Amino acid sequence: MELTRYQSPNLSQWPTLDRWSNLREELDSLLDLPFLANSHRQDLFSGWSPALDLYQNNDNVVAVLELAGMRKEDIEISLHDGMLTISGERKRSSANGEKAERTERYVGSFRRTVSLPVQVDASKVSATYRDGILTVTLPKAEEAKPKRIEVA
Amino acid sequence: MNTAVRETNQTEQFVAPAASVIEDGEGYLLQVEMPGVNKEGLEISTEGNELTITGRRSLPMIEGTRVHHESRRENFRRSFEIDPSIDVNKINARIEQGLLTLTLPKAEHVKPRRITVS
Repeated sequence: MELTRYQSPNLSQWPTLDRWSNLREELDSLLDLPFLANSHRQDLFSGWSPALDLYQNNDNVVAVLELAGMRKEDIEISLHDGMLTISGERKRSSANGEKAERTERYVGSFRRTVSLPVQVDASKVSATYRDGILTVTLPKAEEAKPKRIEVA
Repeated sequence: MNTAVRETNQTEQFVAPAASVIEDGEGYLLQVEMPGVNKEGLEISTEGNELTITGRRSLPMIEGTRVHHESRRENFRRSFEIDPSIDVNKINARIEQGLLTLTLPKAEHVKPRRITVS
């Protein structure tokens, strides 16, 4: 059986790896990878990094995040300088007298930042959270929408 | 495992969802993360001392081109061995925001109990 995306939460905070993340960032800036310039550090070195997909169509940019078992109130979405940040915290649900036998689930906070491919209208951003999937819809700014220009 | 199940396995790819098991005096709490799965897509079965959970995802369909991709499309499946102390008839399940919580109570006769000296 294949177990994916598993990483022991206890091993994740390892500050000495920071220089590698910087190196990685430098390499990436050399390669000029689109959309993801800022996200590597978090992907590699924070404990919890929920999977993120990004879509683009004529009217919208849509971000989809896999976030099982959160409370809606604990999810925060912000937009700044063309960067979309989704962060939140999952609280430990353990009561007294319980002992964890084995855990692969993350508790604690996460933060994902993605640079948007086009300008969006920040006032029209909407989000839904259903079955543990967060969908953020970001309508494109008028000037970023594709336009057909008629030849006169 | 029954052969009919095995045959269907070959045609469908599954990923194992992340899970955690917590024990207290009354029993076990099993939590399984299956984003995109709701009640309708969930199948839980026991056979002998094996508990199998299958979660079929109903993912939002999004128009347009995918410019960045990390998620997996596969459905979830994972089997767990049930401790003999568990009363399988009393297993309870609920799923909320893609997080399945199973309570597996211990049979009455194995629960810790205080014996008062008379």
